[in-house]
Amino acid sequence: MSRLKILALLPLAVALSGCNFIVLAPAGDIAAQQRDLVIISTVLMLLIVVPVMVLTAVFAWRYRQSNTAARYEPEWDHSTKLELVIWSAPLLIIVCLGALTWMGTHLLDPYRSLGRIAAERPVDKGRAPLEVDVVALDWKWLFIYPDYGIATVNELAAPVDRPINFRITASTVMNSFYIPALAGQIYAMPGMETKLHAVVNHAGTYKGFSANYSGAGFSGMHFAFHGLDDKNFDDWVARAKSTGGSLGRGEYLQLEKPSQNEPVRRYGNVDVDLYRAILNMCVEAGKMCMSEMMAIDAKGGLGHEGLNNTLPLAYDKYARRGTALGPEPAFVVGTCTPDAPQGQTTAAIKAPLDAAPLTGAGLKRPTFAPLKSSTSFFLGQRPKSDS
Amino acid sequence: MPSPDLIKLIFGRLTLESLPLHEPIVVGTFAVVATGGLALFGALTYFRLWGYLWREWFTTVDHKRIGIMYMILGIVMLLRGFADAIMMRAQQAIAFGGSEGYLNAHHYDQIFTAHGVIMIFFVAMPLVTGLMNYVVPLQIGARDVSFPFLNNFSFWMTVGGAVLVMASLFIGEFARTGWLAYPPLSNIGYSPDVGVDYYIWGLQVAGVGTTLSGINLICTIVKLRAPGMTMMRMPVFTWTSLCTNVLIVASFPVLTVVLALLSLDRYVGTNFFTNDFGGSPMMYVNLIWIWGHPEVYILVLPAFGIFSEVTSTFSGKRLFGYTSMVYATVVITILSYLVWLHHFFTMGSGASVNSFFGITTMIISIPTGAKMFNWLFTMYRGRIRFELPMMWTIAFMLTFVVGGMTGVLLAVPPADFVLHNSLFLVAHFHNVIIGGVLFGLFAGMGYWFPKAFGFRLEPFWGKVSFWCWVSGFFFAFMPLYVLGLMGVTRRLRVFDDASLQIWFIIAGFGAFLILLGIGAFLVQIAVSVLRREQLRDVTGDPWNARTLEWATSSPPPDYNFAFTPVVHDNDAWWDMKRRGYQRPLTGFKPIHMPQNTGTGIILAGLSTAMAFGLIWYMWLLAAVSFIALLVVAIGHTFNYHRDFDIPADQVVRTEDARTNLLAGAK
Repeated sequence: MSRLKILALLPLAVALSGCNFIVLAPAGDIAAQQRDLVIISTVLMLLIVVPVMVLTAVFAWRYRQSNTAARYEPEWDHSTKLELVIWSAPLLIIVCLGALTWMGTHLLDPYRSLGRIAAERPVDKGRAPLEVDVVALDWKWLFIYPDYGIATVNELAAPVDRPINFRITASTVMNSFYIPALAGQIYAMPGMETKLHAVVNHAGTYKGFSANYSGAGFSGMHFAFHGLDDKNFDDWVARAKSTGGSLGRGEYLQLEKPSQNEPVRRYGNVDVDLYRAILNMCVEAGKMCMSEMMAIDAKGGLGHEGLNNTLPLAYDKYARRGTALGPEPAFVVGTCTPDAPQGQTTAAIKAPLDAAPLTGAGLKRPTFAPLKSSTSFFLGQRPKSDS
Repeated sequence: MPSPDLIKLIFGRLTLESLPLHEPIVVGTFAVVATGGLALFGALTYFRLWGYLWREWFTTVDHKRIGIMYMILGIVMLLRGFADAIMMRAQQAIAFGGSEGYLNAHHYDQIFTAHGVIMIFFVAMPLVTGLMNYVVPLQIGARDVSFPFLNNFSFWMTVGGAVLVMASLFIGEFARTGWLAYPPLSNIGYSPDVGVDYYIWGLQVAGVGTTLSGINLICTIVKLRAPGMTMMRMPVFTWTSLCTNVLIVASFPVLTVVLALLSLDRYVGTNFFTNDFGGSPMMYVNLIWIWGHPEVYILVLPAFGIFSEVTSTFSGKRLFGYTSMVYATVVITILSYLVWLHHFFTMGSGASVNSFFGITTMIISIPTGAKMFNWLFTMYRGRIRFELPMMWTIAFMLTFVVGGMTGVLLAVPPADFVLHNSLFLVAHFHNVIIGGVLFGLFAGMGYWFPKAFGFRLEPFWGKVSFWCWVSGFFFAFMPLYVLGLMGVTRRLRVFDDASLQIWFIIAGFGAFLILLGIGAFLVQIAVSVLRREQLRDVTGDPWNARTLEWATSSPPPDYNFAFTPVVHDNDAWWDMKRRGYQRPLTGFKPIHMPQNTGTGIILAGLSTAMAFGLIWYMWLLAAVSFIALLVVAIGHTFNYHRDFDIPADQVVRTEDARTNLLAGAK
């Protein structure tokens, strides 16, 4: 396969040396495998495209009107043998390509956790993957590192050869999270979570951006992605920790407001529950989280009373905004649930060591399903993670 | 001073601030368009042409005239769509190294949205529909389409949609969402202005026209074929038209519904595609592409039909593999409904779903490949005359295979993850739409122009246009393939990386060549009209062609065929010529024909006014136009003067004139 790659790249490399064909020469294993598929598919198709182009030119020239030496058979319009060839030749190519597609799509499924960090280099099981929560905002990117308690705007860094697990969402409209050097893109959508697993193999600074048009500030919605060795990564984390401010819900709501060409920002202290709240669209105080709403709905909903459980919406992206003929915009008011009692987060609450006293004297033990699992009801997030 | 309430009732949210007086480019364009429009209006008035236009053209139910009007609409809108294209190319060629270019985001985002919408809905669709309208009834030996009034109405609805999109340039603004207006961006919260409403209503009004025209042509092909023309003796262009119209009728209602749901979200606050209250923007993306992918084949199938006719005619040979050509068309028709998800592999469907849609997409390339080989083997052992339509066909075969190849490449989901939404994708679909649809339309226009007007198109300027288009296409879009492989995404307004600039400049040069190509095409038409006597064809069959439309005069009489021909072969006219067909000279009878009516243009005008009212929240205008629409539509049902007979002596005069012409030609 590698010989094939070099052969296919050679003419391009000669003709266009100096250009940065990042898609064809990426720095991450996933993108490299995707590149291989691009090249193999192209070569497979050239097997039929080149003969067609050559035949077109040859026939057009040979059977031109002025060439009376060529055979002319105006009534010849059928040949079963030829028909067999012209249907089966493309069919054969597509059978090969189809098999390649089926395998490639499953192996390179962005939801699939990595099995290797490069060709013949399996993942080191002892080394936990880097978790990064990505939020597409108008018009900048927020990256939260839950394991380090830091966050950055428009700057992403990851250690070389350590698998990265991205969880991706958006605040308002659809974007696409794409670092060509690292791996293929995936949409970032509000109220939904998509996933991407990738690894960077070469240190360096690469471009990342939104690949799905999202409004006026779209052109400036890019960031630098740094592939760093372990030490530099630790330094980078330490710098964010020491220089950065803190990112709580209030700061997030300020950050979320539309702005363009944002500079890099770092936060050394992040509300541990922020990403969950963003994903469930309940960063504002008093809003019901989607996970909560879906858990209620899964148990039959709140009935007619639920219709009244709304309040007028004060702010949505630019301003409070309603439709011409419809009701005023509203949001669903949160109820107090074990998921976030009194606005506190589950992460901040310690489970009691012994639950027995909670049942009270002579009372039945209350039953509720563990609400953690409710996130799997999200559209776009598949309940089963395959590996 | 009238009360604010009254002003609001009449003008809705339209205020003086809605006029883009702060955009010098738009003001300049308006000045040019207004001057041109006034000059045209003045000329028509001065030469007293309004009555003629109204009687002979605007109210006509003749499929040939409607077809020609569709072509004019498509060509006029091509100029607008191309103006958008060249502005984008210019912006992207200069917005480097801190330069903001000359377009702000507000303007630029409208331009790329309008470019896509106009090129698909108001250039490619009218041109394709126009050719089908003109050619299909002639090819099947019919006197008109099944529902002539509906045909006129369909055309004017398409014009209504185009008028709305054009109006958005000067009154208010157009959508800033991309040509498919994905929510949540297109929802009221994120696009509160009139742009998306213009988009919705422009497409809804035109969509009615397209759907009705699809129904009309299906009925025509199924019911009005000449005796002896079984399904498997229909010309291939008629076959592809049939499949295209089946696609239209099955897919445009999906577009209508999805846009209706989006307008409910925007007007009355429903939550079909909102982020919260149970809405799902992903539903919109699915629905719009369930229409959108068949739309691609709606455009390209008629082009395939044109290439089949042209290749066979100019190779002087029967079409190779007629049966497999027909089956390939039908297979493409069916498969085009099973591939829509390949437009959003990156939305997070599972690997199995993605693979399924990737593989169905690849399967389409099998019948398409078979077609390509069929054209090749039609040329094989032929006698190829390189007239312009044949040159376009060769250019198509060499260009389209590249576009097809990159298309199949994009159908491999992991490859799509790295190329989706990039300039590679932009290059791919321009490669198939220009290299496939547009080259086909040019081949078709050159091929059937003498049929419609009785003289050929002038070849010199045609060749200038051909070479400018073909080379311009390669200059404009090969750099975009390259840029896509460098990871450059689409719809960007400014760039940081100065090393990319050279590629955008090359692409801009390509766009300039295409501009020359369009200019040469217009010159070609003008020169052809001026030199029409030298280019005159009196035989009605200038290319020594094979199908029935060439059996009648050029331009054909109102009734197309004095006697309905009887078909014995799938190259009906070739077969008639071979067997020494003698044109009947006597025995003419009165011919029953449909009567012109102004109802179509009035209904379309009222629909457009209603749409305009809804866009600007002018509820009074919307309500009044809607009521008027109902009154006129019901009133039309009481119009009993719908048909008339062309008297036999008039038929005799027309046919005798042709006899004399033919005698003079010999």
